Amino acid sequence: MRILYFAWLRHRVGRASEELETLPEGVRTVRELAAWLATRSPGFREAWESDGVIQIAVNHEHVTDDVPLDSSDEVAFFPPVTGG
Amino acid sequence: MIRVQREPFDVAAETAALLAGRTDIGAMVSFQGVVRAGEDGDRVSAMTLEHYPGMTERALERIEAEASARWPLQASLIIHRVGRLAPGDPIVLVVTCARHRQAAFDACAFLIDWLKTEAPFWKLEETASGERWVEARATDAAAAQRWQTDGG
Repeated sequence: MRILYFAWLRHRVGRASEELETLPEGVRTVRELAAWLATRSPGFREAWESDGVIQIAVNHEHVTDDVPLDSSDEVAFFPPVTGG
Repeated sequence: MIRVQREPFDVAAETAALLAGRTDIGAMVSFQGVVRAGEDGDRVSAMTLEHYPGMTERALERIEAEASARWPLQASLIIHRVGRLAPGDPIVLVVTCARHRQAAFDACAFLIDWLKTEAPFWKLEETASGERWVEARATDAAAAQRWQTDGG
């Protein structure tokens, strides 16, 4: 699994991406992945716990945090977008 | 057609390319977004745009397809720049072509409103007091929201 972070979340986590060979034990959904990431990164935990701020994409599609994950997925976490 | 690029764009060349060989287009509307320096005392000296390669292009293609589904467009173009830009630099170009002006105007407004809220881009501003990430604006969300009810 490839995990990507963008904008200020990348700064808070301290990296742009990371690779996981397999899903961590007990992780089946985005929400569970986020909870697992929060145990490893205080910056991620703080951002994730700010309700509704962090958006999620799985394989380039916006999703909600209850979608199931596969170890081949690309998961991205990012703040609200500001294009234009 | 959509493009994400670091380079500046040439509006005259882009619009000429859209019209080349066409005799069915009666109206072309173009919009450019430009980096603004902001207010005195808190002036932006540079802005760096970040995107999510792959997802950003897909989102722009989807937004463009949505505009074509809502209005009878003959052609459209979205070019969004990324990288470090200075005040006065163009960021985004949206062009819509239709037989008649109303569809071209409406579709252009829809595209720019939607890409502000739907396309994965993030902006880092540099000011005298340091760097700051631009926050999503409620006014942009409201501008996009109006197309949920009265579009096309």
